[in-house]
Amino acid sequence: MTELILLSPLDLGMAAALILLLALLSWRMRLGLGNDLMISGARTVVQLLLVGLILTAVFEQQHLVWVALISVVMLLVAGREAMAQQERRFSGWWGFGVGTLSMFVSSFTMTLFALLAVIGPEPWYTPQYAIPLLGMVLGNTMTGIALALDRLTQNAWDQRAIIEQRLMLGETAAEAVRDIRRHSMRNGMIPSINAMAVAGIVSLPGMMTGQILAGSPPMEAVKYQILVMFLITAGTGFGTLAAVWLGARRLFDERQRLRLDRTRLRGRESAGS
Amino acid sequence: MLEIRDLSTAVIGPVSFKVTAGQCVAISGASGSGKSLLLRAIADLDPWQGEILLDGTPAYLVPAECWRRGVQLLPAEPQWWAATVSEHFPPQANVDPARLGFGADVWQWPVQRLSSGEKQRLALLRALARQPRVLLLDEPTANLDEASAGWVEALVADYRTRHQAMVVWVSHAGTQRVRVADCHYQMVKGRLEQEAA
Repeated sequence: MTELILLSPLDLGMAAALILLLALLSWRMRLGLGNDLMISGARTVVQLLLVGLILTAVFEQQHLVWVALISVVMLLVAGREAMAQQERRFSGWWGFGVGTLSMFVSSFTMTLFALLAVIGPEPWYTPQYAIPLLGMVLGNTMTGIALALDRLTQNAWDQRAIIEQRLMLGETAAEAVRDIRRHSMRNGMIPSINAMAVAGIVSLPGMMTGQILAGSPPMEAVKYQILVMFLITAGTGFGTLAAVWLGARRLFDERQRLRLDRTRLRGRESAGS
Repeated sequence: MLEIRDLSTAVIGPVSFKVTAGQCVAISGASGSGKSLLLRAIADLDPWQGEILLDGTPAYLVPAECWRRGVQLLPAEPQWWAATVSEHFPPQANVDPARLGFGADVWQWPVQRLSSGEKQRLALLRALARQPRVLLLDEPTANLDEASAGWVEALVADYRTRHQAMVVWVSHAGTQRVRVADCHYQMVKGRLEQEAA
């Protein structure tokens, strides 16, 4: 194995200068992205440094409680983020709940499956395996669910006249919203399907690249990458399926009426018209 | 018989009236008085309180989709989502497009080609193809010329007498109300006032 080249703060500073340059350009061109870039960039540094500290501690402890605690925090943050990414979201606890519950069911199942049945580290919750796996599955599932739910609520809003017309003609809520549900599913799943299709040709997946940079033999890194891509796609798929199913149900009440008053635009209290 | 007792939604009501089998009731009123919302509530598209009974059966005992199939709301702006006209009709629909001035080729027409008047006329056929007990018509002749409006009135009257169906007809035109309905209501600020015949 080749020795891992350690990065100095100066090295990272040079990379950060690129983001700064991009932000400056954005301000000059009035793209309205400069602030977002700077804030997100700063968040990357702070969050990852924190995670580094926490992971160092957890790896030393090797304790299930710590792994579980971190997993829950990751889930809650992912749930919040998935909600924040939606232009039109469900109001009240549903806005957070639909995505978070779906993410929990799919990501945790996928990760447990990988740990218990596929990789089999000893003990099964070994944080070196459990936390990165969960992180990768959760991160992609989050994006998929956010995309799918965003499309679901937005399309339901845009096509409310058509949905209600179909209800008037005697269709059930499930029939009236079927096309929208299918489009939402596709929207959520296509990024991970595309990622599988172009893996290794157009893009070298990040995890594999990282392992290779860290000195793993390429074939070992590739095998892990294949496993992770399947887990990600399955996790995203099942999570998106659950979220769209739950969301499509929430759009209608017990009398199968379209209830867009249960959604609201980002930053507003109730359904805006 | 369609019975509406103390029907109210967040915006309209309370409203009570009856439509007996084979009867047509006309409702008129200023725009914004709640006529369309009343029809939406009867079709169970908006949450409502009170009682709605069709032939003695309360609405909540009927599955929502069956209720709406039997109590067809024809909205002021009917929507067409599929590519051709025929995709919006049940297979073997028992309706005759000639009654509304269409040729037999109308089934294959692309929906994009339809004018607003054609959409409105075909929407009536589409509603009748579901064989409803009740027709809730929201200004069904608003975009039509006199001849087409006459066809629509004749077709509704024909369906009503042949199937002893009930019709609630929201209309602005005073002469039409007299022509099509046996009983007239005025909607004022979300409430119904009966007019002398």
